[in-house]
Amino acid sequence: MSDVTTVPGRSLVEVGDLTVDFGDLRAVDGLTFRLERGAALALVGESGSGKSTVASALLGLHRGTGTRVGGSIDVAGTDVQEASDEELQRLRGGRAAMVFQDPLSSLDPYYAIGDQIAEVYRVHARASRRAARARAVEVLDRVGIPDAARRSRSRPHEFSGGMRQRALIAMALACEPDLLIADEPTTALDVTVQAQILDLLHTLREETGMGLLLVTHDVGVAAESVDEVLVMRHGRAVEQGPVAEVLGAPARTYTRELLGAVPRVDAPREVRAAETVGEVVLEATGLRREFGRGKRAFTAVDDVSLTIHRGETLGIVGESGSGKTTLGRMLVGLLEPTAGEVRYDGHARVDVDPAVQMVFQDPVSSLNPRRTVGESIADPLRARGERDEGRIRGRVRELLERVGLEAAHYDRYPHEFSGGQRQRVGIARALAADPRIIVCDEPVSALDVTTQAQVVALLGELQRELGLALVFVAHDLAVVRQVSDRVAVMRRGRIVEEGPADEVYDNPQDPYTKQLLAAVPVLDPRIAAQRRAARRELAAV
Amino acid sequence: MTGFLARRVLGAVITLLAISVIVYVVFYVTPGNVAQITCGPRCSPAQVQQVAGQLHLGDPLYARYWDFLQGLVAGQDYSTGTSVQHCSAPCLGLSYQSDQQVTALILAKLPVSLSLVFGAMVLWLILGVGTGVLSAWRRGRLTERLLTGITLAGVATPVFVIGLLLMIVVCGQLQLLPFPQYVAFTDDPEQWAWNLLLPWLSLALIEAAAFARLTRASMLETLAEDHIRTFRAYGVGERSVIGRHALRGALAPVIALNANNFGSAVGGAVLTETLFGLPGIGQELVHAVKVVDLPVVVGMVLVIGFFVVVANAVADLLYAVADRRVVLA
Amino acid sequence: MSAPGASGARQFWRRLRTQRAALVAAVVVALLVLVALAAPLLTAIEGQDPTTYHPSLVDSARGGVPIGSFGGVSADHWLGVEPQTGRDLFARLVYGARVSLGVALAATVVQVAIGVVVGVAAALGSRLVDQLLSRFTDVIVAMPLMIMALALLAIVPSSFPRPVLVALVIGLIGWGSIAKIVRAQTLTLKGLDYVAAARLSGWGTWRIARRELLPGIAAPVITYAALLVPVDITVEAALSFLGVGVKPPTPSWGQMLTAADVWYQAAPQYLLLPAGALFVTVLALTVLGDGVRTALDPRAASRLRVGTGRKREAKA
Repeated sequence: MSDVTTVPGRSLVEVGDLTVDFGDLRAVDGLTFRLERGAALALVGESGSGKSTVASALLGLHRGTGTRVGGSIDVAGTDVQEASDEELQRLRGGRAAMVFQDPLSSLDPYYAIGDQIAEVYRVHARASRRAARARAVEVLDRVGIPDAARRSRSRPHEFSGGMRQRALIAMALACEPDLLIADEPTTALDVTVQAQILDLLHTLREETGMGLLLVTHDVGVAAESVDEVLVMRHGRAVEQGPVAEVLGAPARTYTRELLGAVPRVDAPREVRAAETVGEVVLEATGLRREFGRGKRAFTAVDDVSLTIHRGETLGIVGESGSGKTTLGRMLVGLLEPTAGEVRYDGHARVDVDPAVQMVFQDPVSSLNPRRTVGESIADPLRARGERDEGRIRGRVRELLERVGLEAAHYDRYPHEFSGGQRQRVGIARALAADPRIIVCDEPVSALDVTTQAQVVALLGELQRELGLALVFVAHDLAVVRQVSDRVAVMRRGRIVEEGPADEVYDNPQDPYTKQLLAAVPVLDPRIAAQRRAARRELAAV
Repeated sequence: MTGFLARRVLGAVITLLAISVIVYVVFYVTPGNVAQITCGPRCSPAQVQQVAGQLHLGDPLYARYWDFLQGLVAGQDYSTGTSVQHCSAPCLGLSYQSDQQVTALILAKLPVSLSLVFGAMVLWLILGVGTGVLSAWRRGRLTERLLTGITLAGVATPVFVIGLLLMIVVCGQLQLLPFPQYVAFTDDPEQWAWNLLLPWLSLALIEAAAFARLTRASMLETLAEDHIRTFRAYGVGERSVIGRHALRGALAPVIALNANNFGSAVGGAVLTETLFGLPGIGQELVHAVKVVDLPVVVGMVLVIGFFVVVANAVADLLYAVADRRVVLA
Repeated sequence: MSAPGASGARQFWRRLRTQRAALVAAVVVALLVLVALAAPLLTAIEGQDPTTYHPSLVDSARGGVPIGSFGGVSADHWLGVEPQTGRDLFARLVYGARVSLGVALAATVVQVAIGVVVGVAAALGSRLVDQLLSRFTDVIVAMPLMIMALALLAIVPSSFPRPVLVALVIGLIGWGSIAKIVRAQTLTLKGLDYVAAARLSGWGTWRIARRELLPGIAAPVITYAALLVPVDITVEAALSFLGVGVKPPTPSWGQMLTAADVWYQAAPQYLLLPAGALFVTVLALTVLGDGVRTALDPRAASRLRVGTGRKREAKA
């Protein structure tokens, strides 16, 4: 708001020697940074780096939760540490507004979106209900919600994910704050929607002159959106500087590792799986799957045919709702196709077959929390009829070591492992069945980027060693390029484009594939700016 | 919405039919001899035979159930030895004991029970939700601890114990109120309310405790959700966060519990009526059970079942209105 | 992440131990069980039994009021005697604990057994089986427990052992909500990836149900069962209070209260003792049930200390 007394010459955000302790755990440890008016800074780090904690601390959201916050925090002229509750309330939403990661759960499901924005507006501005409602429609229109007056009466579940995030941004804009804090604002969104939201943030910043503090795990997103970047690890600052410098010529080892692990959508796969393509091991023809019945019926997968050869990797890429997961489940036999058939080695599939295994997305729910990981890995052996305990244990230990864990991990429970380790356990369990094909359903999407790179490398090694055929289902175009020999792009249940990975990525034919590739964030800020301009031109036509 | 409504009503009708089948079968395939029970222990075998004939006990069960259903829909004639009695449309049969029509018997007693249950419901909703909101708002403070203690004590006290204590203390020791005597609302609304005050309280206090617990728990759950964090991060005050957003989230479970607990509240009403000597269907049911008057028992159970099913259907509709995502799901 | 594994039992005790109220409640419940089990021993020490009439101890001229102060409390009759009959109150109280706890436990076992079987069958069965069982469960839930029990108890001949009958009736009518919970939980688990992985390993439905699903529904079932026991105690007491539950001469707390309001001035403990016993028992069991729930569902415990930044689960 405009009538705020701001001390001239002071930065928009000044944080000095910030520490945050959750009980015994120090989440943020001695962090110092500043953000000038109108500038944009990204806090980049993997999970557990403390980046989101910093964002919450800026608005004093830890107050009253038992969390200890030390050091100095100054946001838009307010001393957050010393401010009274009333001053803090005026800061929150008034001078500094926050946009959260998951737009669905961040809005009250029971009230119309326009009413929620109006409520926030009335907290900070003396306005009638009617005026507040009009302001809500105005900002919704401003963030590109079509037919804003009517849509403002909808509730959050009636909006798509991207629309919801726009609505949250509209709420942030309502009181014309000096600072926008965006905590992983695009993590829950598809790549094309992500690009739209990032472009929107950029435009708003140009027009309103507000400062932006972006919290993200995705280096590409940071490169697209900010001027300065601060890399965090274990609650400490690793490296800080202009985005082109830090990403272009990182000074610290950790930054280099981090950047090295980020998959590039524009780089071809380094190691080929096999020079010669083997025989066909899996063949799907005319696969179709419907869910629901009557009016609610919808077709998740529609007339999909594909073949997979021994020793190759087929990447299946698509946005949410494209039917890629349904397709993967039909390939392994967990779902019955409504029409079409799957053939293994030339004979029709009857039921699940140990020769076709799966690695799942969620490292938490894919292992039974009540059984030791050794027992889980031993399942395929026992199911096959192996009774000799010694042989079973021996084989499981061998597999554990093969996937980079220790043989002694046999008797541990899943909760004792990290996400990456659990994913390795999942791979070991799949291998125990001596499969010829492994379908990987978003195997790395829940993992941090450095862990992601390790798991991807492991899968590649195993493939070469065992001559496995891999089907790699993912939404991340860069990861898919990194691992795939051939790629199929899915949209609304159909394959819109299929071919050798390099051809599809370097010379896409289908307009949807082009759109997808244009939306992937790149690490070079200059290229990012060019691409944004190109997207803007495209939209203006 | 219309489709949802139709589905829900149809479901309620099917549930009622199923209940009637179960109740009918269970009660008329009794381990004892129905004719003997009806006639009384001193009847001669010949008299028992005669009664069995009157009750059509020779007919197969499904035929008797079919007759029963016909009676419900179209009415029926009964011969009671010498005269013929017509029992009109929703006919639930005749009492073994008094030859009175069960429907008439129930209709005569219904106002008492409805006064009791619905009056108490208003009380327990206000008391329960209010307490729940208050303890969620003052969480972590002395108020909450006190309220939690009181609510726990409420949950742990059986209806008839609290009713007994209230009656003894208020009417007996302190003599603040006379011992309750039912007065019809149409006769004297003021006396009606005064006389029902203690029964209402006994029934409501226990139920209110359950509602307070649920309201508090679901409000705390809502308070931990992301959208509450959003409003806090936008400077919205605690009063609005609790009163507008957290309470709204707690509403749907409260509606569901009210439907669920309606059945147990009816059970509590039986106890309350017996305890305070209110001439409602609960008291009549206990009497009918003691003298094994099967048509009355079956009729009463069906009528109570009807109210419970209707309460559930209404709750589902309210639930759908409160949370429109339910209809879409 | 909630992970009550085989290490879960230890974790459960650790979490239960941290709750002071639940611990106290557990001790009270243990004492009550002990009293119920040792009822014959305790009454032998007192030298009384619950069924012998002592007409000499009540004043028949005044309608049967116990003779002596405090309702006839003496060295022989620690808590006095019952009005009219002169039966020993202490003996009836401790034997009443047997009935209350025994009937409630047995009823809960029946409820849980039926509920688990129906719930699992509905979740794992075909669409038709699920429809039928779920409908049937809805019907059972719609039938008010007290009313049905009241009516059912009327028609069974009195030759049937009464406490067993009461337990059976409560059990047979009251399994609806537990079946619903089990069905929902089984469906949730069925959709989890580790069950899919077990299928891919080549295991059959039976083995998956036993190894992967049943352990997963144990926690909600135990929680719900713990909260059902006090409810069943109340129902038994109410039925006996109405005179259709446990019949004399078998003592039951609810039944003792039937005539208590008439005697509250002459023998207040005749009212207060069974009422207090019921109150303490139900309270202790409810608090213990809450504690069990908190110990089994860590989310319930951490609900109050939720920070703002939600951490992603997976850490490298």
